[in-house]
Amino acid sequence: MTHTPLPAPAIAVRGVGKSYSGVSVLRGIDLDIAPGEVHSLVGENGAGKSTLLKILGGAIRADEGTLSFDGDPVALGNPRDAIAHGISLISQEGALVPALSVLDNVFLARWSHRAGLLRSRADRRRFDELIEVTGFDVDPGARVDGLPIGTQQQVEILRSLARGARVLALDEPTAVLAEHEKANLLALIRRLATGGTTVLLVSHFLDEVLSVADRVTVLRDGELVLTGDAAEQTPGSLVRHMVGRELDVLYPEPAPVPADAPVRLSARGLNRGIVSDVDLEVRAGEVLGIAGLVGSGRTETLRLLFGADAADAGVVSVDGEELTRLTPRRAMDAGIALVPESRKEQGLVMMRSVRENIALASLSSRRAGPFVRPAAERSAVAQVSRSVDIRAARTDAAVETLSGGNQQKALFAKWLSRSPKILLIDEPTRGVDVAAKSQIHHLITELAAGGMAVVCVSSEIEELLALSHRVLVLRHGRPVGTFSRGVDREVVISAAFGDEGEHA
Amino acid sequence: MTVEAAPTTGTPAPSKGEVEQRKGVRVRDYGILAALVAIVVALSLSTDTFLTSGNLVNLLDQVAVVGLLATGATVCIISGVFDLTASATLALSAIIGVLVVQHTNVFVGFVAAVVAGALLGLITGTIVVRSGVNSFIATLATSIIYRGLAVVVTGAAILYPLTEQAEQFGMLTWPSLFGLTSATIVFVVVVGIIAVLIAATTFGRRIYAVGGNAEAARLSGIRVGSVHVSAYMISGICSALAGLILASRAGSAQSSMATGIELTAIAAAVIGGTSILGGEGAVWRGVVGALILTLIGNGFNLLGWDTTYQQVVTGVLILLAVGIDRWLRRRR
Repeated sequence: MTHTPLPAPAIAVRGVGKSYSGVSVLRGIDLDIAPGEVHSLVGENGAGKSTLLKILGGAIRADEGTLSFDGDPVALGNPRDAIAHGISLISQEGALVPALSVLDNVFLARWSHRAGLLRSRADRRRFDELIEVTGFDVDPGARVDGLPIGTQQQVEILRSLARGARVLALDEPTAVLAEHEKANLLALIRRLATGGTTVLLVSHFLDEVLSVADRVTVLRDGELVLTGDAAEQTPGSLVRHMVGRELDVLYPEPAPVPADAPVRLSARGLNRGIVSDVDLEVRAGEVLGIAGLVGSGRTETLRLLFGADAADAGVVSVDGEELTRLTPRRAMDAGIALVPESRKEQGLVMMRSVRENIALASLSSRRAGPFVRPAAERSAVAQVSRSVDIRAARTDAAVETLSGGNQQKALFAKWLSRSPKILLIDEPTRGVDVAAKSQIHHLITELAAGGMAVVCVSSEIEELLALSHRVLVLRHGRPVGTFSRGVDREVVISAAFGDEGEHA
Repeated sequence: MTVEAAPTTGTPAPSKGEVEQRKGVRVRDYGILAALVAIVVALSLSTDTFLTSGNLVNLLDQVAVVGLLATGATVCIISGVFDLTASATLALSAIIGVLVVQHTNVFVGFVAAVVAGALLGLITGTIVVRSGVNSFIATLATSIIYRGLAVVVTGAAILYPLTEQAEQFGMLTWPSLFGLTSATIVFVVVVGIIAVLIAATTFGRRIYAVGGNAEAARLSGIRVGSVHVSAYMISGICSALAGLILASRAGSAQSSMATGIELTAIAAAVIGGTSILGGEGAVWRGVVGALILTLIGNGFNLLGWDTTYQQVVTGVLILLAVGIDRWLRRRR
């Protein structure tokens, strides 16, 4: 039962506003979106782009103004209505049932059936048709919770298409994807648009936005500041509208590593899971970047260096001294700090205050017997917060109330308050707005210039190349090359792909 | 075609999270205290007997047992685990206490009971941490074992101290400072110490961090397992003290003591406003929850209401407490 999708509606937004408990997050938005258009919403975190996307995607209802499809006003406020209107919102968090198969998720609550009995063979046929349209490579029988995030996202897209979505609203779809997955997704977006589907896209990656979108809308502080053809914009012009001023989008230039800088951190023959025989060395003042595709063992390597996972084999040394039976505690005692990949899962205790979070890794350095010294803690936290420029009204506010950029800075502050010798950073700027991103880049460069040894993993290849003195490339958990600063981006990418480069 | 809309500039509004956080915290912090005060005022106005010193002493004596258990439950819940062994630990340590009393004296026996409670907490915690089984299930199973051991040790009989020890054994019911019973004093002192431990020490910080996000805590160098074991030991000590108060009152201990009271303790913690999800809450909340539960019972008595409805009221109250908590949480 494949249904020919109806043509996408012309969407008209008039005077839309939204407030949360009296605080306006979106005001007076007027916007027209033509059928089959790829329309991108950009803005800093907190500018209201996700809220607008959710209103367009039918997940939440606007407090004021109207939303109409082909001239008919619609009132959407829950996923059921949205689906009925052919709109599908794919959010950052994902909405899959982890314990079910890909097939069951794609046809969730819309399984083929006869007289109440499921007909999985019919579902399987429908699935194959979708695979043909999208060109995805997904095993229909696999359990969703075992799949990488990129594949899970594909499952969500398949589900939207299975429901006959005519309008696809994507919130930061590429944030979690590796380079080649991004390219595939962007190509799919273009194909869907050509086929008449409207695609609404929220993204922080301006190059990506300009390459895929027909038109762009820039929001700032809940107001629309620009709507125009993507072809007329550049990353610089978008940023100028987003922040309302010129912004230094250039990467800072790292200070050269002194010739006599000692080796701070070294690892020999690290092995565990996918990580195979990884050797690396970082000197004081040096930033070592680790590049590779998603699943190439980058994060896993960092975790082994910190003792977050126990290595099956291999040795980690700090200042030439071997660390035995490495645990996070021992690593910390040796002067290592890890800013982990996910703030929410591994980095911060979201419901606790900014202050408690920043203080957490250095509690024992400010105590009187068993007691926390509140005054000392406040001043230490205030000092380190200033140094990384956390914008929080009160450090007693729960850290979950901060923007992504400020949360990330709080995570840096937590580790910097220990004055580590070695800083391991996994995805320094994921889900962080443009301004905070630039600040974090400067911070990393300054820390290295101050003599810290830094190991940095990032899926954003530009970021990695700009920040690092050297780049180590991993493929299938093995080091395949180390490149000096100034290496061509293509060289690193083809090293990361290896043999697969040709057909990726 | 490019449309430049004139951005209306103004003072940036405080972020929505900021404002709601402030409001949400206020209501959640003090809503439950307002409820407690309301009940106290209502009972004071509607009865002549509530505000008599006799009733208040009696009330605070009654709250000691549930209050101690609620404190242990609160510490465990904040750290992200449940302790369903509370009542079985209570019975087993009280029984061990009476056995030691029989062979030595009352003082040594009481100390032995508290040590037994701590050790049982250590065992419970170790089982939970090492097995990796969800704490709800692991402690449910462990509580059955403890209760079973209590039956084995006593041979299902009631244990009494020796006749000449009987009077001293009842010492926790004796009047003490300000005319309050010794049980009340033990409760206030112990709960006070634990409250400070949780609110003002680095250990307390670790408890909150582990309950809020165990992985983030681990990656911050916190030994998550030891923190959980410590929480169970605190709960074990609270259970043992509660067991001693009950035994001292009854003049005996037996294997079926206080069956099911661990759920009342968890209810008290939740009514007080401690999040069942961990990482949030406070010891004083558990105490307020215990006070409210005790006041309901006291109120039914004083007002001469049919106590058969008491459980219905208690259940409704728990639903209200958790429902309001959820509602406030969703608004932020």
